[in-house]
Amino acid sequence: MTTMETKTGGKSMPWESYHHEPHWRSASDEFDAAKLGMWLFLTTEVLLFAGIFCAYAIFRMLYPEAFANGSALLDVKFGFINTVVLLVSSFTVAMAVRCAQLNQQFWLKVNIYITLFCAALFVFIKFTFEYIPKWSEGKRPGAFFDYPFAHHPAEPLWWAVYYCGTGIHALHVLIGAGLLTWVLVRAHKGIYGPKNYTMVETSALYWHLVDLVWIFLFPLLYLIH
Amino acid sequence: MTAIDRPQDVVGHEHEEGSFLDNRGLGFWGTIWDWASTVDHKKIGLMYLTAVLLMFFLGGVAGLAVRIELMEPMRMAETIGEDGTPTVELQGVAIDFGSEQTAEDGTKYWSFESTRESASTTYNRLFTIHGAVMVFLFIIPSIPAALGNFLLPLMLGAKDVAFPKLNLFSWYIYLTGATIAVVSLVLMGTDTGWTFYTPYSIQTDADYYRVFLMILAAFVLGFSSILTGLNFIVTVHKLRAPGMGWFDMPLFVWAIYATSIIQVLATPVIGITLLLLIFERLFRVGIFDASMGGDPVLYQHFFWFYSHPVVYVMILPAMGIISELLAVHSRKHIFGYRAIAFSSLGIAGVSFLVWGHHMFTAMGELASAVFSALTFLVAIPTAIKVFNWIATLYKGSIAINTPMLYALAFLFLFSIGGLTGLPLGALATDLHLHDSYFVVAHFHYVMMGGTVIAFIGGLHHWWPKMFGKMYNEKVGMFACVLVFIGFNTTFFTQFILGTQGMPRRYASYVDEFQLLHQISTVGSWLLAIGFLIHLGNFLHSLIAGPKAPPNPWGGLSLEWEAESPPTAHNFHHEPLVKHGPYDFESVVPPHCSEEEFPLPKSVS
Repeated sequence: MTTMETKTGGKSMPWESYHHEPHWRSASDEFDAAKLGMWLFLTTEVLLFAGIFCAYAIFRMLYPEAFANGSALLDVKFGFINTVVLLVSSFTVAMAVRCAQLNQQFWLKVNIYITLFCAALFVFIKFTFEYIPKWSEGKRPGAFFDYPFAHHPAEPLWWAVYYCGTGIHALHVLIGAGLLTWVLVRAHKGIYGPKNYTMVETSALYWHLVDLVWIFLFPLLYLIH
Repeated sequence: MTAIDRPQDVVGHEHEEGSFLDNRGLGFWGTIWDWASTVDHKKIGLMYLTAVLLMFFLGGVAGLAVRIELMEPMRMAETIGEDGTPTVELQGVAIDFGSEQTAEDGTKYWSFESTRESASTTYNRLFTIHGAVMVFLFIIPSIPAALGNFLLPLMLGAKDVAFPKLNLFSWYIYLTGATIAVVSLVLMGTDTGWTFYTPYSIQTDADYYRVFLMILAAFVLGFSSILTGLNFIVTVHKLRAPGMGWFDMPLFVWAIYATSIIQVLATPVIGITLLLLIFERLFRVGIFDASMGGDPVLYQHFFWFYSHPVVYVMILPAMGIISELLAVHSRKHIFGYRAIAFSSLGIAGVSFLVWGHHMFTAMGELASAVFSALTFLVAIPTAIKVFNWIATLYKGSIAINTPMLYALAFLFLFSIGGLTGLPLGALATDLHLHDSYFVVAHFHYVMMGGTVIAFIGGLHHWWPKMFGKMYNEKVGMFACVLVFIGFNTTFFTQFILGTQGMPRRYASYVDEFQLLHQISTVGSWLLAIGFLIHLGNFLHSLIAGPKAPPNPWGGLSLEWEAESPPTAHNFHHEPLVKHGPYDFESVVPPHCSEEEFPLPKSVS
């Protein structure tokens, strides 16, 4: 990591000349505001998923058998692997923020690369081992349901909740990965460092939320029968 | 970059001297691009203002059409001729139905019902257009996005909102949502009502994408609302001028702050609801479909968990405007500043606990009783505000001008609107009144008699600040009186219709209701004329109005320290707050002399 510092040695990095936007009194005000803004946005995301969790709770209460049957058809193994993948990515993205604060440019990028790899791995596992096999077996939501071994008429509803919940979550994984890709491109330009790591931190916060939602989805969908 | 080829002495002063409206020799397309790419909160506010007024016009025309349809009940007369051929007259005009129709099962029939149905469907589409446009495109963004964008940074003494680019982004999201909604309307619109209740909304117009487009538009507009609210919260937290504590903020800012909290906390829920509704509509996932085990009432719970708080997104900023208008135009320190500020937050808090009163008949008795009791709670902070406003007027030096007339109209109309909410919140009376014209009249008294009246009043109050031009006071006052009379004629009759049993959303009615419906329709024309006179007055002011001084009303909040219209960066120097926004008794207003606005003589 020290090699990067010597490499850039003479000329200054873009982050060193960072100046806050003119309507702010100081860079620290700007940073605090950005973080407050992101936390508020995360609140809205939590409330968005609250709708899914609420639907889950109500239909689980109405049709406990259908939900138990449906849940038993999920493979805990893949759910668990994906949980680990996301937890690792959350760790690396937190390290990325730390590296930006300490001007460890090399490890900043490495950590974001690992995070993005985890994101891709998550989506890959989700589709290859879960969505695609299940869909082809007829375990589909609502009107598409075509699974011959269903025991309860409300099982299509379980799959509706499963696909809507994990689908919207997967969409958020992609949005988060997109954000981090943008951060990575800018990190390659040397834009982030101790004087300017706002975007790294806010994107990391967003990524933690994506992780956190899965931490709730995993037990609710896979573990509780 | 462009500064290089300009005279040296202009550079640096350029932004300080000119108003933000100045066209700096950019030419036509340059000006368009300047506005389209601006991050200036004032320009974005004015673009919102133009858009919401356009939408008000669109929704208003649909509303007038609804009223015209209700001038007469649909009188259908069917007579069977000697040869067994039915003759049908609609409104006294014989209708030709062509030939006999054959149904799928082989029975023959005359499709005289179809004309009646198509007339009713047109009516359903019209009131849906009226409702959806007014709610999603006009009233929600009206005060926060238009006036709020323009005024919030000025009132806080800031150069801009916290995230100017995000602000522009949310304007474009609004524009996208509005475009999608208009496309849906151009394709003949939807007949679901603005609430999109399932199962009807997932079945109607099965072959078309209009309902999908309308739902998508509401979904997209939600993002605009969230981002604007988020931006405002951070702005209030982080960009207050030096010396301005939380309790030195104008009450309009408090109201916008409370509004923004609701926007941020409630709108995501409509986001997921509409998203699930789109899934339901396109893929039949079954979550809201009873035939697949889903629950249509769950949709209603989700919908109103957003849409009831959003009612306060509509009214809270209006209350903020009224606090400003009454204090400035009666030159009195606002009575009970903290009570008004906290009651805004109180309303925001209670707003999340009352959604169930939209579904009294779909819940158990206990749940209904609890929601009813919680609904009554809303009356407490609301009444605190009304009493404080009236106490502010007491012994004030009341100026009779358009903003003040609107503020007084608000007090009168909003009180009626608020108080008629109580019989709707009480279970016993609601059983009789729900889904009747009483409900229609109630929410029009709150939404229109409250929000729109305050919005127009606020527009007159801040018009000189926004455009640097004065409007014609006499014309404004005349139009205000006309609007007031027209409004009451239109909607008070509907209270009576409702108590007599006229159901809402019906295209036709029994003859007994006709007189009241006709009075109501004539009232809607008065209302329209009043608004058109305002429009003319504003346009005349823009073209030929006298130049406005920086502080025509003697206001003390920071926006009156700026020029009219403000410079591009709002203030020449960052303002330092030394007095409260309502210290009329002790402070000579900025840009004013003591002769213009004399301080009260101390009685010794």
